[in-house]
Amino acid sequence: MLAQQLVNGIISGATYALFALGFTLMFGVLNVVNLTYGVYFSTGALIALYATRHFAASILLTLPLAAVATGLIAVVIDGLLLTPLRRKKAPELASLMVTLGATLLLYSLMTAFIGTDIQRFPPAAINPSAIEIGSVRISRSQMLIVGTAFAMVALLLALMRGTRLGLAIRALAENPDVARLMGVDVTLVTFFVSFVSGTLGATAGILIGLNYNAIQPYMGEAMMLKGFAVIIIGGLGDIRGALIAGLILGLLEGLTAGYVASTLKDAVGFLLLVLTLWFRPVGLFGHAAAKRA
Amino acid sequence: MPAFLDDFLFSYQSLIYALGINGLLALSMYVVLAIGQLSLGQAAFMGLGAYTSALLTLKLGTPFPLVLATSMAVPALAALIIGAPTLRLSGVYLALATIGLGEVLRIAFVNSELTGGALGLSGIPEKAGYGIIFGSLVLALIAFVLISRSRIGRAMEAMREDEVAAGMLGVHLPRYRISALVVSAMLAGLAGAFNAHVSSFISPNDYGFDAAVTILSYALLGGIGSPFGPVVGAIILTLLPEVLRPLHDFRLVFNGLIIVIAVLFMPHGLVPWRIRRSGARA
Repeated sequence: MLAQQLVNGIISGATYALFALGFTLMFGVLNVVNLTYGVYFSTGALIALYATRHFAASILLTLPLAAVATGLIAVVIDGLLLTPLRRKKAPELASLMVTLGATLLLYSLMTAFIGTDIQRFPPAAINPSAIEIGSVRISRSQMLIVGTAFAMVALLLALMRGTRLGLAIRALAENPDVARLMGVDVTLVTFFVSFVSGTLGATAGILIGLNYNAIQPYMGEAMMLKGFAVIIIGGLGDIRGALIAGLILGLLEGLTAGYVASTLKDAVGFLLLVLTLWFRPVGLFGHAAAKRA
Repeated sequence: MPAFLDDFLFSYQSLIYALGINGLLALSMYVVLAIGQLSLGQAAFMGLGAYTSALLTLKLGTPFPLVLATSMAVPALAALIIGAPTLRLSGVYLALATIGLGEVLRIAFVNSELTGGALGLSGIPEKAGYGIIFGSLVLALIAFVLISRSRIGRAMEAMREDEVAAGMLGVHLPRYRISALVVSAMLAGLAGAFNAHVSSFISPNDYGFDAAVTILSYALLGGIGSPFGPVVGAIILTLLPEVLRPLHDFRLVFNGLIIVIAVLFMPHGLVPWRIRRSGARA
């Protein structure tokens, strides 16, 4: 029982970490809080669902396709809403407000066209077989989740640490003006970061959609609550913090569902968020910085 | 009262109530935006007020004035719990924590038997009327106009324009932030209590994400230069879907669009005039 709860916790923790990674990346590098991020989660899952249904293709093919498509959507949204604000050097909260409006707009457009009914992947897309190790059961889709999450994280870390593009991204995060002076094409790098974030959000959406096999437009909204919790616990803009906080949240949710009450599961994240704000507002690994004019 | 006026008030009763309640909600958003902060918990505070008041009336038969006072106190307490730790942090933390509050409350309302689960509470007696709703709205407006003209109002405006500079000039930032948030939660709670006591039925979905964003759209459409802006915004966005029927089905899309347009293209809203401070010469 305990082992199974822990495994389930790690699996949802891996998706939370993956989801929060894109969110914290946008905040850390682009210095905007982009609330449309929850929409990417839903969009990714919906595109994958329709592609799988329509072309009767394997999920292994539609997953990357839908992730890339959502990444492109994220670039368009960034270009339309956030680039103008950045150019005006608008305050952080302006980005929050504009993306909040856009989120409501996009969610209600999606529901206007496809409704709020829960949709499912065709049975053929999901392999129901599972492996059993002792008393622990892990399904194929859960293995896909953990595998994809680890692969994406490894790729991202390699990109950030080992390439010139990663260096440019880190320079942009440090100081956009200085990065520009050092020859970084800020616009291009900004779009690239949006693309990567959109891809990460969409991948998390597809994986969660596969795991629970229940997809509808507002699914990203509930996920945003976990996203906020993870990035605040891990520290805003902190990649390592987001990974660890995601896993912690998944594990604690699993244990709460198993040993306390499954209805309380979704409140765990918020409780941790409030506790973090009270006792360690900089997050797990953060250090305090003064706000300057 | 002339018969035609009587008829008019009868047939548009719920719409007229909504104008007053949404006006109060817009003002609750205004207090926080006026100091350059952003709370996205207005719908959650409203829901807390609505559920508190409905439960007191239905289960305990508490007298209405006491119900109203409690339904302002409970959201104020929630605002203190999640607002106090964010006082010394950047505004992003307050915004994220308050959206989180909304989401977690919705989950709590849906799962609790006391609050009637997803079906909500029904059979709430109609205890609020035009007098008390519009009386509160007018009182709140007068209070905010007086505040804008005072030293406090100038400090608030300074915070909105440049927080660091305002702090340097002696504005006690944390005190202003928490006061604004608590006042805002109380106003939203009051609006929620009125809402519960004119519509006889409340459910968790009335106070979710859509409502939170809609309340923000009132304030941004009207502009936050003066307390009149948000109220004007609330009136327009409440009436428009009734006048333009096709808009009704897409009103959430429209409210979202209003925010996008307001932030990108008209940061001062429809009512850009500021209130002149007392003692200022022309």
